[in-house]
Amino acid sequence: MGEIILQMKEIDKSFPGVHALDHVSLEVKRGEVHALMGENGAGKSTLMKVLTGIYKKDEGTIVYKGKEVEFRNTREAQDNGVVIVHQELNMVGDLTVAQNIFIGREPRKGFRIDDKKMIEDSKALFDRLHIDIDPTEKMSELTVGKQQMCEIAKAISHNAELIIFDEPSAALTEKEIEDLFTIIRDLRSQNLGIIYISHRMDEIKVITDRVTVMRDGGYVGTLITEECTKEDIINMMVGRVIYEKPKEKSLVPADAPVVLKVEHLNAGKMVQDVSFELRKGEILGFSGLMGAGRTETARAIFGADPKQSGDIYVNGKKVEINSPQDAVNHGIGYLSEDRRRFGIVVGKSITENSTMAALSDYMSGLFINKSKEKQVSEKYIKELDTKTPSTDQLVVNLSGGNQQKVVIAKWLVRNSDILIFDEPTRGIDVGAKNEIYKLMNRLAAEGKSIIMISSEMTEILRMSDRIIVMCEGRKTGEINIEEATQELIMDKATRQMEA
Amino acid sequence: MKKKKSIGLLADQKFIVLIIVVILYVVFSFISKDFRKYSTLVMMLDSTYYILLLAIGVTFPLITGGVDLSIGTGMICYGLTGGYLVVQRGYPTWVGLVVAVLFGLLVGILNGILIAVMDLPPFLGTLCTCMMTRGLGSICANSFAIPWPGAKAEGGWFHNIFKLTMGAGRKAMNYPVGVIVLAVIVILMSFVLNHTRVGRYTIAIGSNKEATRLSGVNVRAYHITAYAISGLFAGLASLAYAAAIPTIQPGTGAGIELDAIGGAIVGGVSPTGGAGSIIGTMLGVFVIQLLKTGLPYIGLEANWQQIVTGLVLIGAVMIDVIKQRREALEG
Repeated sequence: MGEIILQMKEIDKSFPGVHALDHVSLEVKRGEVHALMGENGAGKSTLMKVLTGIYKKDEGTIVYKGKEVEFRNTREAQDNGVVIVHQELNMVGDLTVAQNIFIGREPRKGFRIDDKKMIEDSKALFDRLHIDIDPTEKMSELTVGKQQMCEIAKAISHNAELIIFDEPSAALTEKEIEDLFTIIRDLRSQNLGIIYISHRMDEIKVITDRVTVMRDGGYVGTLITEECTKEDIINMMVGRVIYEKPKEKSLVPADAPVVLKVEHLNAGKMVQDVSFELRKGEILGFSGLMGAGRTETARAIFGADPKQSGDIYVNGKKVEINSPQDAVNHGIGYLSEDRRRFGIVVGKSITENSTMAALSDYMSGLFINKSKEKQVSEKYIKELDTKTPSTDQLVVNLSGGNQQKVVIAKWLVRNSDILIFDEPTRGIDVGAKNEIYKLMNRLAAEGKSIIMISSEMTEILRMSDRIIVMCEGRKTGEINIEEATQELIMDKATRQMEA
Repeated sequence: MKKKKSIGLLADQKFIVLIIVVILYVVFSFISKDFRKYSTLVMMLDSTYYILLLAIGVTFPLITGGVDLSIGTGMICYGLTGGYLVVQRGYPTWVGLVVAVLFGLLVGILNGILIAVMDLPPFLGTLCTCMMTRGLGSICANSFAIPWPGAKAEGGWFHNIFKLTMGAGRKAMNYPVGVIVLAVIVILMSFVLNHTRVGRYTIAIGSNKEATRLSGVNVRAYHITAYAISGLFAGLASLAYAAAIPTIQPGTGAGIELDAIGGAIVGGVSPTGGAGSIIGTMLGVFVIQLLKTGLPYIGLEANWQQIVTGLVLIGAVMIDVIKQRREALEG
């Protein structure tokens, strides 16, 4: 690690009614990967927005490369070498890789855009990152992982000296994450300062040199990564110990009936001949790498996407599911991995979201019975311990964990017995994660049957009674929790199918 | 959330628009003696009913995040067709009225199918039906201009729905009973929007169509319903139009939908869908009609109305944009 490149001291920022940053400090050195951690709402993003000029700080100083600075906007921050690689990709799918990287500052030759130079410069950038992407390819043709790399290439093309990665791994496969780390290590050796925001504890240990932890808008402390344990960091984040061990044995009684049976399901390339059974009270984990076809399988079962063939039996009876409506009527509920897009109606209240799937039970004749609606909404707020001032609160104002609870409430209000949780804790902070786990265990104990798709190995091992592993659209393994190990699952998840 | 309450009424676009309506009326009345007259008010109301009916209807597609461009030419088409049956073919008035309304409903359902089933973008789908109804109107009326029966003529009773005329000659008094009719419709449709499944799901589709579908809601049916309501109201509007305008001309009507859509937007229907109210739409239409009627009285050419309306629209949309930005910052 070299000299200090960035020093944020005693940064304070308030929004009406919220003290978002309470005298927070952060120091980043050249040649360092510095993790910024904290639960959702801890103030990490706000701090980064203050740094890059999106928000104006109320108090405190920012010293960058030895000079006090206050960037007025991201453009100015960029020009000074401070860039963010966002969690969501900001790419124009129909343009080529090179066009995306140089968008807004295309090299010119007279009036014409100098495509040749643009492509050459892109190549040089990729060479520097040791990645192999064709700059003339259309962005939409690339995998999410490669798009992420382009985003990084774009960032360093601004002569970046300080790069902020905002949850870069959220959408990447394990292999892609490894590639990402190689790049980050590379950038570190080129003496750049790197801020790395992530929820994933394993990554922090692997890639970062120091960790700064924030909680509730305040600064908790900075540790040297090598000298601390996961538990240390988690304790700082939540102020309590919560890490739990894997499940040791299945909690499903041997004679529990099969509630859902899927036979030879086919839906496009991503779902090929998938068969499995789900039993009452069971949590059936679906493991696999990103792109293994797990979400596609769930969506096909739920009727969200068309399927080509395959039979589905609910409680022993064969059912036709051609739309989500059919699935819901057969007691299936689906909790999407992408809550904001597919799970909740963000601009509407908790109540409206809660009764969304069961509104016909809350009618008085032609009219919606709003007091009955409110009652049930209140009931589940209490039962699921959703943190909100009232039932009228718009879900957009809730944290990720509480939004997830609203989605769960929606299916409980509908009396769904089979729940498909697709990445149930994605984007949810550590404390709330634990609550969701407890809730899922409780639901299973009460006789609900759960399919849980998860890319987090610890989550799979901790929650599942049985594990199904998928790879490239096929089921490649079925493992009882008693025999399950990370190695065994990984082995099946990466198995090449023999034709 | 707390913050919203502290701003209170001013955060509610309806309240702002209500104030604008009052201010406009007071200012115009103050400047112009003629504007103050009772007859001006009645005349203004006459030309407001059909716009208001169109606007109430189009509020539903707008809230789903779509639009219905076919209501202007549609209204003329339905009015021509119904009127042709009455005037040229000698059917009783009620037949013409019913045909006009059903025709509107039918085109509305067609719009819904184009958009919800065949996945045409709303702008394009309803642009097609806008063109089609324009041609169809002329064909159905055999290219005649159609004068529906006048208020005094036989079969002209439908005028009384909107304007009741008592007495005759110089003593004749006009009562704008349409105000009551429209008030009932506004209250009814407010109820539909806020207290029924149709309303709830119309809003949900506009906020997040995919999440709504994945909740097991028959999104297609409710999406079609929103356009059917719009078509139905275009049919109803054709009656109000026939009552207000002596002769319906084939090939007209294009552009009227913009007044209705503009009114709805001014009244707080979110241009991106997901939010809006019938009361707001009504107030928004008042703003547009006041400008249209009032500006000439204070010595401004009618063309200025278009410009001023445009500016008002920008203002209204900016309120929405600023609101969203503020919410984004808070979130």
